Amino acid sequence: MNAGRPFAFHAGQAVPRRSVPALAFDEFREFAVGGVENGARLVALFGLPAAGDATQLLAILARDGEGLLTAATTEVGASYRSLTPDCPQAHWFEREIAEQSGVRPEGHPWLKPVRFHRPHCAARDAWSRPATLASKGFSVLGEGALIQALRPEAEGPECITSPAPNPQEKDRNVDPREETLRVPSLRGAPSPKTEKPDVGGMLPGVTDFFRVEGEEVHEVAVGPVHAGVIEPGHFRFQCHGERVFHLEISLGYQHRGIERALAGGPAARTMHYVETAAGDTTIGHASACCQALEALSGCSVPARAEAIRAIGLELERLANHTGDLGALAGDVGYLPTQSFCGRLRGDFLNMTALLCGNRFGRGLVRPGGAGFDLEPARAAELSARLDATMKDVAGAVGLLWETPSVLARFEDTGAVPRSTAEDLGLVGVAARGCGIERDARFDFPSGIYRLAQIPVSTWSSGDVFARAWVRWLEIQRSADFIREQLRSLPGGALRTECRTLAPESLVVSLVEGWRGEVCHAVLTDRRGHFERYKVVDPSFRNWMGLAMALRDQQISDFPLCNKSFNLSYCGHDL
Amino acid sequence: MELNWRPLIPPAAAFLLSPLLLGVINRTKALFAGRRGQPLLQLYFDIFKLLRKGATYSRTTTWVFRAGPVVGLAAVMAALALVPLGGLAATMPFAGDLLLFAYLLCLMRFFTVLAALDTGSAFEGMGASREVLFSALAEPALFLALAALARHSGSLSLSGMISGVGPGSWLTQGPALALVAAALGVVVLAENARIPVDDPNTHLELTMIHEVMVLDHGGPDLAFILYGSALKLWALLALLAGLVVPVRTGSAAADAAAAVGGMLLLAVGIGIVESSMARLRMTRVPKLLVGALALAALALVLVLRGGGRP
Repeated sequence: MNAGRPFAFHAGQAVPRRSVPALAFDEFREFAVGGVENGARLVALFGLPAAGDATQLLAILARDGEGLLTAATTEVGASYRSLTPDCPQAHWFEREIAEQSGVRPEGHPWLKPVRFHRPHCAARDAWSRPATLASKGFSVLGEGALIQALRPEAEGPECITSPAPNPQEKDRNVDPREETLRVPSLRGAPSPKTEKPDVGGMLPGVTDFFRVEGEEVHEVAVGPVHAGVIEPGHFRFQCHGERVFHLEISLGYQHRGIERALAGGPAARTMHYVETAAGDTTIGHASACCQALEALSGCSVPARAEAIRAIGLELERLANHTGDLGALAGDVGYLPTQSFCGRLRGDFLNMTALLCGNRFGRGLVRPGGAGFDLEPARAAELSARLDATMKDVAGAVGLLWETPSVLARFEDTGAVPRSTAEDLGLVGVAARGCGIERDARFDFPSGIYRLAQIPVSTWSSGDVFARAWVRWLEIQRSADFIREQLRSLPGGALRTECRTLAPESLVVSLVEGWRGEVCHAVLTDRRGHFERYKVVDPSFRNWMGLAMALRDQQISDFPLCNKSFNLSYCGHDL
Repeated sequence: MELNWRPLIPPAAAFLLSPLLLGVINRTKALFAGRRGQPLLQLYFDIFKLLRKGATYSRTTTWVFRAGPVVGLAAVMAALALVPLGGLAATMPFAGDLLLFAYLLCLMRFFTVLAALDTGSAFEGMGASREVLFSALAEPALFLALAALARHSGSLSLSGMISGVGPGSWLTQGPALALVAAALGVVVLAENARIPVDDPNTHLELTMIHEVMVLDHGGPDLAFILYGSALKLWALLALLAGLVVPVRTGSAAADAAAAVGGMLLLAVGIGIVESSMARLRMTRVPKLLVGALALAALALVLVLRGGGRP
């Protein structure tokens, strides 16, 4: 580290791990808290096992205006002084650290698990939850067991307790939470009666919730099973009549252990794990992963592939934004836009299928390039379909802005003040709807976005209308961008080979998915394998924004507010 | 002795045809949405399907929960004995039957609300509180509208009020009748859980009013509820149709056909309203209902100033 210049690097740039300043904890805390106070943004904060019993914390800050990232590490023991009281952006990250690494942030105002799984290091638990299953003779196997099996030579601190194989256990590679749900008797335990397994605080939603006390205050619990065909999540409202005082969101039902499964890679499954981290952001997550892999292997992506990837990313945005506007119309009972946008979303998905054979873009983005080429004939058809569909979208969405009863529902509903959005570090449509010019395509451009920029679309009111309107602006700009790219599709190769990854390196990739900024932070070990693969979906940053948007709102407006954020459950739960 | 079938026509038509009204509304909405939509007779199929099913009851519920759908259906069926069909008088009209009519519908609602509260679910309790609040505001609008009609026709029975409205009344008392029709129209939408007050199609429990109260009912109970709702829609639309389609030929068949045709047209109208506007924010619904009350009050003033019968 140079003495005078602070350590800074670009998104999508691999830097040696030893160049990341290792600070004493107080300096580290000042780095993160002070940095955020000075306008930087915490894009990732996570722990990884260090020598002995210690945990290394890594904070990555983004300086949006300069397009630069800064990072610092520190080592902590079983606990440390929480950052959250001085830096609300760290709130969710610190809960995640406590859950994953078993390190307790002392003074954290609301220290609860975010996903309700066992810590990655089974020896430590921030809540001292009993390792019930282990004591009952079940092995505590983390989700990473599979990966451990795949790389038996893995070095570094052994963090997953892998007891000697028990011959009675046939399928050992199961999620521990799944084990808690199994009745012990099924697995040869003596008890013939169905004994309720002691889950020790490991079931999602089984926890204390913030409560408002008082006469006439009542609690409404919604989910995890919902009336619509949506993902599971639990919402706990503290209401006074129809008015919401407080909403607490409890997730974790979809935790599959993707981060742990990615460790040890890159492997044949890496891209598939990433593409399914959040199915509606397939291209966003795949782009972020490829950006990291390409930076680590030092390969340069051909311009043609960059353009095709960007077309895929913008088609993903078009499909989801159009679907969201239709769903928003549906939530206020406005039929025409709901029905038409439902179909038009399908048209956009079919365009993605035209590009790569899969409606969600699986297989399109591949390390070193794109999985599929776009011949002139298909490019022409894509262009024609885009024009036809955009005409219909303009008609269907236009109805929203022309119907006073719709605007009356959208305006002043679920408003998030700009200051709150900044404090929480919201990203994507939710941030731009508060007037914050924050767009990774603009602030941290990568690939073709370095050459062809898309203007940042913002609206200042912070309410449901703002989030809907920003979507509409982005739909138009994405369509223009795709048309422009199709007109001037660069020639040349489609894919180059990515060779081995640089060892002992850190790379942070930022991609503006349709929902917001997708951040992947990858640390490689001495052999050039992923030691830690950190995925931060935009939903992880924005769920708290939804909770704040509901303050003082009508509980009957919750579905509308929720839809205006349209956050991912699986992207959060990973 | 020859049996007089005429008074039995209005309830018979209601019992047979009321599920068709919802089919017409749904087909209209589908048309506007660019879809083909469900069959016109879907509600009949649903009801027959549900009647063949068993029911599940939560252990926390009591007899009140089971009584809700039965009492509700019985109340609305009894109310239909008081409702005329266009020029055809009701089965049992009597002076002041409008009060019995309104409170039979109230009884239906009362038991639906009790059954909802009996489940102890937060959702159902919320729905019940909304339903009670909004119906308390819709009731005065209904009464004032009926009072204006009573004054206009000089009759205190629903049959007399409706048969007292002829094509001539629209010429002399047009503005007042239009106001009454508008107020009744809002009451029809509010009482039957239609947009802009409620959204019958939504799956979002937190936004529901009527639907959320019946979430825990299934099987024959749900069939009773669906049939009861269809009958209630018929009862209120029959009054509105009798007012806005004042065809009085004297022939039972022609009068009934005109009234039923008018109701089907009104059902199309409801479908158009639902297709062309969003739901109101929950806090705005009372304003709409008070607006209906104001229209009805104005109608009454006009009728009083106009000196009653032309």
